[in-house]
Amino acid sequence: MRSPWNPAYKDRAIRLFLVLAGLFVAVAGVGWLALSLLGFGREPLVLLLVVIGPLLTGAGMFGTAMVIRHHAVVGGLLKRLALPIFLGGVVGLVVAIWVIALLYQYVDGIEAAQSESARQVFTWFGGPLTVGEIQGYLTGGPATRGGWWGVPAVLLWPLQFQLVRDIIGVVGVVGFVSLVAMVAIWGERKVSADMQSRLGPMRVGGWHGWAQSMADGLKLIQKEDIIMDGADKPLFRLAPYLAFVPALAAFITLPFGTYWIFRNLDVGLIFILAMLGIEVVGVILAGWASNNKWSVYGGMREACQMVSYEIPMGLALLVPVMIAGTLRLTDIGELQSGGFHTWLVFSNPFVFAAAVVYYISSLANCKRAPFDLPEAESELVAGFLTEYSGFRWCLFFFAEYAAMFVVSGLATILFLGAWHSPLPFSWAQAWWGADWSQWTLWQKALGGILFSGPLWFVAKAGFLVWVQMWLRWTLPRIRLDQVMYACVQVLLPVTMVLLLGASFWGLLVKPGTLVAQITNAVLTLIGAFFVAGFFAIAAYGYRHRRRLVGNMSIEALPGA
Amino acid sequence: MAETILESQPDLLIDWKKSDRDDGGACDLRTEEMLVNMGPQHPSTHGVLRIVLRTDGELVLEAIPHIGYLHRCAEKIGENLQPFQFVPTTDRLDYLAAMNNNYGFSLAVEKLAGIEVPERARYIRVIMAELSRIASHLVSFGCYGMDLGAFTPFLYAFRERERILDMFEAACGARLTCSYITIGGVTQDLPERFCETVSEFLDYFEPKIDEYNQLLTYNHIFVKRAANVGVISAEDAIRWGLTGPCLRGSGVKFDLRKSLPYDIYSRFDFEVPVGLPGGSDGIPKEVRVGDCWNRYFVRMQEMRQSVRIIRQCLEQMPAGEVKAKLPKTLKLPANEVYFESEGARGQLGFLVVGDGSAIPYRVKVRGPCFCNLSITSHVCREVLLADVPAIIGSIDIVMGEVDR
Repeated sequence: MRSPWNPAYKDRAIRLFLVLAGLFVAVAGVGWLALSLLGFGREPLVLLLVVIGPLLTGAGMFGTAMVIRHHAVVGGLLKRLALPIFLGGVVGLVVAIWVIALLYQYVDGIEAAQSESARQVFTWFGGPLTVGEIQGYLTGGPATRGGWWGVPAVLLWPLQFQLVRDIIGVVGVVGFVSLVAMVAIWGERKVSADMQSRLGPMRVGGWHGWAQSMADGLKLIQKEDIIMDGADKPLFRLAPYLAFVPALAAFITLPFGTYWIFRNLDVGLIFILAMLGIEVVGVILAGWASNNKWSVYGGMREACQMVSYEIPMGLALLVPVMIAGTLRLTDIGELQSGGFHTWLVFSNPFVFAAAVVYYISSLANCKRAPFDLPEAESELVAGFLTEYSGFRWCLFFFAEYAAMFVVSGLATILFLGAWHSPLPFSWAQAWWGADWSQWTLWQKALGGILFSGPLWFVAKAGFLVWVQMWLRWTLPRIRLDQVMYACVQVLLPVTMVLLLGASFWGLLVKPGTLVAQITNAVLTLIGAFFVAGFFAIAAYGYRHRRRLVGNMSIEALPGA
Repeated sequence: MAETILESQPDLLIDWKKSDRDDGGACDLRTEEMLVNMGPQHPSTHGVLRIVLRTDGELVLEAIPHIGYLHRCAEKIGENLQPFQFVPTTDRLDYLAAMNNNYGFSLAVEKLAGIEVPERARYIRVIMAELSRIASHLVSFGCYGMDLGAFTPFLYAFRERERILDMFEAACGARLTCSYITIGGVTQDLPERFCETVSEFLDYFEPKIDEYNQLLTYNHIFVKRAANVGVISAEDAIRWGLTGPCLRGSGVKFDLRKSLPYDIYSRFDFEVPVGLPGGSDGIPKEVRVGDCWNRYFVRMQEMRQSVRIIRQCLEQMPAGEVKAKLPKTLKLPANEVYFESEGARGQLGFLVVGDGSAIPYRVKVRGPCFCNLSITSHVCREVLLADVPAIIGSIDIVMGEVDR
């Protein structure tokens, strides 16, 4: 078979990039000439924009052309460096996010350092600081403009505006959601493969197929956009956005740390629940607009499942909220900074049970197995997704994985200690001082890893997402009447009892009394036992992985 | 109402019956029936079966199977080929248990032509037929899990099945369409170390059955989905001509290998598992005789019995010829023979009519799947939509055999 890749395309691409590179170099040359003639040659900022920028772009174009020409060598090199690239990407991302946070702090610091009189000089840019003031702060002298220090000053200047910070935040949230979805989809495939004695994706990206999701995404974007003749076209187009945007919007008020939040709403919990509730509209719409009987079934199943399971889910979340006394998620998170035993799930038996109830309901809420009835493959072909393909389908998929992370994140915040590690934060305060903002840089970094930080939140939520995958690849699907039975006759009464019990517990058992402490200790021990048991079983499985997995994936497949 | 839901078999028809009443005042919501085409392209119709469902919401009022999408004129081909040329066509009937088909057809022709098969060949044939039965039941087990939404058991089943197919490949070069068992014996002797490979596999495989029972069979959700669903009474099973695990799942202890032992099956010691009521022998209490769970569980137990039979074969197997001395063109006497053997899915019958020439006058196949499928419309009545794949999966059809 002939390869679809025409070698002529390669040559054409190389030629195109070389021409572009030449153009940019020419622009840089003309710019330099013009600057010299006009006498602006000494201004670094203008030089950077007009000469150095085009030069670098031209170099990039030339580099791209060279990569295309020697793609075999580059590909081999990339494959050999797959693991460092993957790990470097992960670590680099974390560091980059942290650097942005530090930059924000730095700009705020500059602002605070300016005296009131200095701030009133130039306010017509809308921000409290001018470029000159920032530059003055950087050089340690008076407010000036121009010279090499002008470059970082200009770059830092927009960071003081809330609008710019919001735009960066939105880009960050969208990027994070996409990243979560991509990593989770890859993870789902690897988890399922591990459970089924297969290998899963192994090729794309080199190290365990880590770039498989990106490749899939590229493929899905390129696919033909099919809309059935009989479909209700406007609704068919609208449905994926109605599913995806709420899942995205839920991240607005999902805190990753005490200050790692896009908008700290005082009704954050309600907002997230509302967003998760809107998602169902997209699914129902998809089922209806597809004009396919299986899709209608999927949409209707989703409707009845979601409407039922929102009630126990919301009620189960009220149990920890009653203890916290607030709906602001950062406040609830801060309550649990005192170490493993202060996590809300261990505070009383009702919260412990509510965590389980919430997790089951959240499975149903995300259409995850064993509650994956709306897209039940063996019954409804693909349910509401039957007629969707290409990028619209991809949006539904993204929405599902984003919602998985959101519900897991909620469980983490409300039950499992939010962004705090099992170690009490007070230790860090005892070692390094009570006010963490006065800590040195390495103390902050170490504190983020050891005690409390977004990494802990992502790790815990990721673990819960992994448990969802684990359940999906183990359990059969429940029938619709059993789903409704489980909700209406089991979960709903149980959550009512839990709510009532938690209220009475709050009334009768005062915090700090012996009963409360003993309950807390017992529940903490149970939790610790679960965690230890999990790690013990995981270690056993890892030790005997060759025996447990069967010989097929070890002997028969290459690269195992 | 609460009581009825608590039972595994809820009265799903309450609303429907209400809406049927003329006064109209009893129901607050009128619903319409909808015809849904399930298949021929559908993940859980096991091939190209098409079922027209008349549904009212999630409730299936009627399910009518439509067949014929895989019709390849196998019987007509049989009237135009010499018997040993027809053997490869029998592979394509029940393509998940090709050896059993070869075996049944060969036995029928041998009975017609009066051919004596060498002793060693007989044992090889039984080993192959039973291995094939295990492979077929493994697919059935895996697919049934998938029909109910559990994907993982499917890959475990295929992992074991791969090893059986590897052994087939070692014996005859083909994995799926073997044509290894032929008129008068088998095409060639077993390769070196074949018996050791088989017994290694059996030692590995037998404990795995328990593992699968833990993973799927006794899984709470699985039991809820399969138990007391699609119940076929023993009378109905006999009336509709059900055979194989479907018949035995209904509690009828009838297995041709035991009831009317053919070939050398009388020499082996094995049991015929049948469907049991819930509560006994660790069987979940929701289970009823003749439901989907029992049909499924009979297959799981049959795999263990097949392992037993193969073990005895390996012990007893003598050395010697593997194929009877046959003339180049085998002339069939002007007579007719109908012979049934126990295939993986039931009684597989071959009617071979000879007219004195080498080519049979008529070859008729009695496919067990065809008869088993016929009960679908009887069982899939007033069940939930999700039960339809559960019932069809438990009947375990192969469309190649239904349509022939």
